[in-house]
Amino acid sequence: MEGTAGLWLAVVASGLYHGVNPGMGWPLAVSAALMERRAGALWRALAALAAGHLAATLAILMPFAALSLLIEWQVEIRVGAAVLVIALGAWILVTKRHPRFLARVPPSRLALWSFLVALAHGAALMLVPIYLGLCRAGADAGHAAAGDLMGGNLGIAAVVAVVHSAAMLSAGGALAWAVHRWLGLGFLTRSWFDLERVWAASLILVGLIALATAGHR
Amino acid sequence: MTLRPDPTFYPSAKLAMQAPPERLAYTLMLSPDGSQPDGLAVVDVDPGSTDYGRIVHQVIMPHKGDEFHHFGWNACSSALSPLTGHAFLERRYLIVPGIRSSRIYVIDVKGGPKAAKIHKVIEPEEVFAKTGYSRPHTIHCGPEGIYVSTLGGGGKDGTDGPPGIFIMDCESFDVIGRYEIDRGPQDKQYDFWWNLPRDYMVSSEWGLPPQFENGLVPEDLLSNKYGHRLHFWNLRERKNVQTIDLGANHQMALEVRPAHDPVKEYGFCGVVVDTTNLEGSIWTWWREGGKFHAKKTATIPPEPAKADDLPPLLKGFEAVPPLVTDIDLSLDDRFLYVSCWGTGEMRQYDVSDPMNPRLAGSVHVGGIVRQAAHPGGKSFGYGPQMVEISRDGKRVYWTNSLYSTWDDQFYPGDRGGAMVKADVGEGGGLTLDKDFFVEFPKGYRSHQIRLEGGDCSTDSFCYPSA
Repeated sequence: MEGTAGLWLAVVASGLYHGVNPGMGWPLAVSAALMERRAGALWRALAALAAGHLAATLAILMPFAALSLLIEWQVEIRVGAAVLVIALGAWILVTKRHPRFLARVPPSRLALWSFLVALAHGAALMLVPIYLGLCRAGADAGHAAAGDLMGGNLGIAAVVAVVHSAAMLSAGGALAWAVHRWLGLGFLTRSWFDLERVWAASLILVGLIALATAGHR
Repeated sequence: MTLRPDPTFYPSAKLAMQAPPERLAYTLMLSPDGSQPDGLAVVDVDPGSTDYGRIVHQVIMPHKGDEFHHFGWNACSSALSPLTGHAFLERRYLIVPGIRSSRIYVIDVKGGPKAAKIHKVIEPEEVFAKTGYSRPHTIHCGPEGIYVSTLGGGGKDGTDGPPGIFIMDCESFDVIGRYEIDRGPQDKQYDFWWNLPRDYMVSSEWGLPPQFENGLVPEDLLSNKYGHRLHFWNLRERKNVQTIDLGANHQMALEVRPAHDPVKEYGFCGVVVDTTNLEGSIWTWWREGGKFHAKKTATIPPEPAKADDLPPLLKGFEAVPPLVTDIDLSLDDRFLYVSCWGTGEMRQYDVSDPMNPRLAGSVHVGGIVRQAAHPGGKSFGYGPQMVEISRDGKRVYWTNSLYSTWDDQFYPGDRGGAMVKADVGEGGGLTLDKDFFVEFPKGYRSHQIRLEGGDCSTDSFCYPSA
């Protein structure tokens, strides 16, 4: 079971990482609080950002949960997911382009924006190999019937999405609150690093690890 | 490649005011008759430098007849919103449109005062083909890239379809296409600006190309055919949501200056001339209850003059109109500077109460009749025109040319391009710096000024100053 602990840690760690990344939206919560001149707006904005992130994660994980019915094809599914993650990482690394349609989303629709960003930048996709690892660990624990297996996998997907988004919310929330309350807006420019290449590389790395372990029983 | 956001991007206007002062200014030079190529002058504005007040470098264009007018940066503080996805752009390129040729130059100014050079040239055909617009004017960097307003539509004289705004890619500088999805009644264009977090844009109207390219058309002015409306847009939906007519006698609603602090839902606009009484006026517009409103909040009277002292265009009126041709708002939203190009005056209004601007300072230099000399002893041709304020609000710079053919109507003969500077007192007030008088090479006039690291008419802030 030490494998599962590592995977759950990855679910939480990626959530924290997404949360502290300004590109995922916490500065918008600070902006909301300053614009409306009340701290409550900060939490409302954060809730919208987290809801969008959660929805994106679920939207990506659920189809894979359904695919887990195809027990015969598990290796191929894992390989496919790994290749997808690697491809997205490579695309981000090579193009370095930000999808322009994201700039069309009005600032009042933070949940939609957060949903689209998590999809476009592969934040949700990155969880797929981790999630499939968790499913496998669950399946290895006992030989359940297909129906139970799928139900179990849907449950795992929901828990992964919730845990990940909760981690994101707490990291982004802590930072937004600290900037609003103590650190000031100057912290935004001091702490914002261009991690796009690191991000792309981490997608590729997760994909490669998944690929390497895909065939193992 | 930069690992952190450009140090000249500021989350709020307040933080921008605390930044180090500018050391360089970039000023456009134009050849009024197209006999020489236009250029960009790099001016040393560092009082500690031996070259203070001098042009230290010129970038001269490869073409003639562009007529430079307004210009702007490829990137500004607006990049600091996560919504744009452009936090790691550099403020490095000046986007310089030719208002007569429709050609656009991208000038790379990275690497010190003498390193400025042409990075890319966008030919007029690309602008025409991809947008159906012509005569590009105001530049602002925003959520979807670089926004460029235009004064003309398609066709030779720019009247085939209305003018509008188009968008350029902020990295490749490719022209992407038209901005508007629903322009409503908008059929003329001049300036535009916005409030990014509140997601609205405001645009104004000058006139169509036949009304300005060969000079002001007196019959059109006296029959109130120049622009006199403000248009309010849903910025991201690209939709005109409201149009306010200031009244047909309020001819030429030009510069739009929203409050820099995005919490504030108001701004200003300058009107060149009221055809009923030759006044210039300042209008305050604001949003309340989901609707926009506009009200005339300051007027500047014409000054009586003898017909003999006036150019042919004005002889019949026996007065000099102030001609409010540019306005600019300091980053603390406190002082609004108003150029009176006709009377030769730069006014400073305290607009702490935006509905009641209070005259706080004034200097005279140039002017059709007054022709006030600069305190340094040199004569200042034309009148105060394009005005730019330092980020900290302590220095105000301006040049003196309006537009080649209009200069010649109001100020016949060649009066020389110039750029001057005034210092702002603690509680307001303006004093011309007698040691700062930039002369431009022979045959050149001067137009808009941009300051190193941003100024008071480029950057859009995504976070309040609170």
